Amino acid sequence: MAIYRSHVLVCGGTGCASSKSDLIKKRFEEKIKEMNLDKEVQVISTGCFGLCEEGPIVVVYPEGSFYSKMQINRVDRIVEEHLYKGRIVREFLYEESIADQKLKSLNQIDFYSKQKRVALRNCGLINPENIEEYIARDGYLALGRALTEMTPEEVIKVVKDSNLRGRGGGGFPTGAKWSFAAPNKADQKYIICNADEGDPGAFMDRSVLEGDPHAVLEAMAIAGYAIGASKGFVYVRAEYPIAVKRLEIAIGQAKTMGLLGKNIFESGFDFDVEIRLGAGAFVCGEETALMASIEGKRGMSRNKPPFPAVSGLFGKPTIINNVETLANIPQIIINGAKWFKSFGSEKSPGTKVFALGGKINNTGLVEIPMGTSLREVIYDIGGGCPNGKAFKAVQTGGPSGGCITADYIDTKIDFDTLTDLGSMMGSGGMIVMDEDNCMVDIARFFLEFTVEESCGKCTPCREGTKRMLEILEDITQGKAVMSDLDKLEKLANNIRSTSLCGLGQTAPNPVLSTLRYFRDEYEAHVLDKRCPAGTCSALLNYSITDNCRGCTKCVRQCPVGCITGKVKELHVIDQEKCIKCGACMEACPFDAIVKK
Amino acid sequence: MKSLDELKKIRDEAKKNLELRDSEKTTRVVVGMATCGISAGARPVLQSFIEEVQKRHLNEVQVVQTGCIGMCTYEPIVEITSPDKEKVTYIHMDVDKVKRVVAEHLVHGRAVKEYTIGYIK
Repeated sequence: MAIYRSHVLVCGGTGCASSKSDLIKKRFEEKIKEMNLDKEVQVISTGCFGLCEEGPIVVVYPEGSFYSKMQINRVDRIVEEHLYKGRIVREFLYEESIADQKLKSLNQIDFYSKQKRVALRNCGLINPENIEEYIARDGYLALGRALTEMTPEEVIKVVKDSNLRGRGGGGFPTGAKWSFAAPNKADQKYIICNADEGDPGAFMDRSVLEGDPHAVLEAMAIAGYAIGASKGFVYVRAEYPIAVKRLEIAIGQAKTMGLLGKNIFESGFDFDVEIRLGAGAFVCGEETALMASIEGKRGMSRNKPPFPAVSGLFGKPTIINNVETLANIPQIIINGAKWFKSFGSEKSPGTKVFALGGKINNTGLVEIPMGTSLREVIYDIGGGCPNGKAFKAVQTGGPSGGCITADYIDTKIDFDTLTDLGSMMGSGGMIVMDEDNCMVDIARFFLEFTVEESCGKCTPCREGTKRMLEILEDITQGKAVMSDLDKLEKLANNIRSTSLCGLGQTAPNPVLSTLRYFRDEYEAHVLDKRCPAGTCSALLNYSITDNCRGCTKCVRQCPVGCITGKVKELHVIDQEKCIKCGACMEACPFDAIVKK
Repeated sequence: MKSLDELKKIRDEAKKNLELRDSEKTTRVVVGMATCGISAGARPVLQSFIEEVQKRHLNEVQVVQTGCIGMCTYEPIVEITSPDKEKVTYIHMDVDKVKRVVAEHLVHGRAVKEYTIGYIK
């Protein structure tokens, strides 16, 4: 194998790829060839580094130099200076890595140094399209050990002892799930990897599949061995083309090397994996709907029991695990249950990947031990809210979760603490909100999503969420009365207790939790017809203060001609005609226009 | 895949390439690669350091480049830093000298005095 003196790692995750990291990689290759360095320097496309805010990301080893917000016209200089002459191009480095005049490598930066990477351990480090790089990181060692040195019962015992809980939402113990399916006799059993990631803002599963697809395949094979299944399906959204492509490559490589297929490690164990593409319906992340979709039926959930472990895909015993859950499995087999329990909280051991989004400086993906406080995630890793705005709340668990307010910012995050606060872990989306976010509007946004995504099978979810949305829309438009709030709460509780599947059961959560913590905001909308955050446009009025110098700029901007006034005199907005577009406020050079 | 041993063999081979991405190494070999260094022959020196380190599985050694150190007349210059030891600066390096430096300095921890800057001065 050729040995290179330097590796240029270009992020090929969806985030960076959307800002043309593929062209950056191509230019690196061209320029490196031009300078005759192609035998010395290797260019590699990796999975997501996590700090998507700073993308496209390029990391150069052995120095570990972290070039952020790369542009194609910077490539040539990096090749000429850094790769050829060994001079790191400081002005292109990520800001924090040159603080204090001392160059920091990637893992010394705050964003990374506070993380603990288990599921993401290979993301941004290896080439996901090269199985050998995965093997170099002890890949398939866990499968090899399980097949040659352990019985299926022992494998289940390790996973059980580790107390790994499902990372897809509910936090059900994975080992227990496996042990339900193992004793069931059947001519065929199935392992399904649930990669139907649907929460708005969550993209950890995509990143694992893009950055480390073999880890998921290896874990599926281990699960197959544990419960006696010889066939696996990865159910992944068609809108994740990079993940699908890398999975296909990974499956092909694993088959070629005999790590999938017949008689793996000469143990007599066969395992094969196929990909099934989902069309992007949110409900298909629910396990019974997901199985219906794989069977070729319409994606609708059904009653449980029977549980999938007894009668799942095609009526056979089936285990469904989420991508991130699976990515933990090989590490647990290699390092043992005790190691896994050595970090995280007592009832939720291990780490969890969170997708930070919304009003936060470092948008991206972070993996932290369970039990880390919300404050550390939002301020130390996430860098706080942009423009010095005050942190107001964070929505966890997407449309199924709820919000956690600034009062609870020192909460240690794990499955149980979030549930106690009326939210949930969900898949790990964290949408940060600052003082400018209206909580009623946030609840309305998530409910709009669930109304769209309800499969329509059961009445509470189909009709109930729609009615809830109508009430919320009335509130944001100032048409609601106080009794509507009680109605909303009652309806929410009914939907929660009577819906068929998790989608409906959790759909009212954003409303209930905002009602719980921000009832005053709801009341301001209803009683005072006022939106305290200044978001709900129907409740806002633009007006001109005494700061107005009569420059007439706003008059020229107004699309409906509702501003009148003479030059050098105070102008007035006709509230009847105003459509509240805000164009005047942006145009005013004297900050004389306010919205309240 | 037939056995764990077969997998481990592939792993050990593949690991060599990935070693480079471990930026937590303790010993650093820094090769001056500015215009002066390159024209004096630093490129083959760098390359042979990488090969030798690789061949001998010196996992704790990181080979990196740097710019002009300022004593262009002594190029190719190589500096070796190890924890708790003084920095050693080698001058007028070539491929044969690299082999000896790797064998004596990096493997056995004894600097090759006659190649160092202090010896000539």
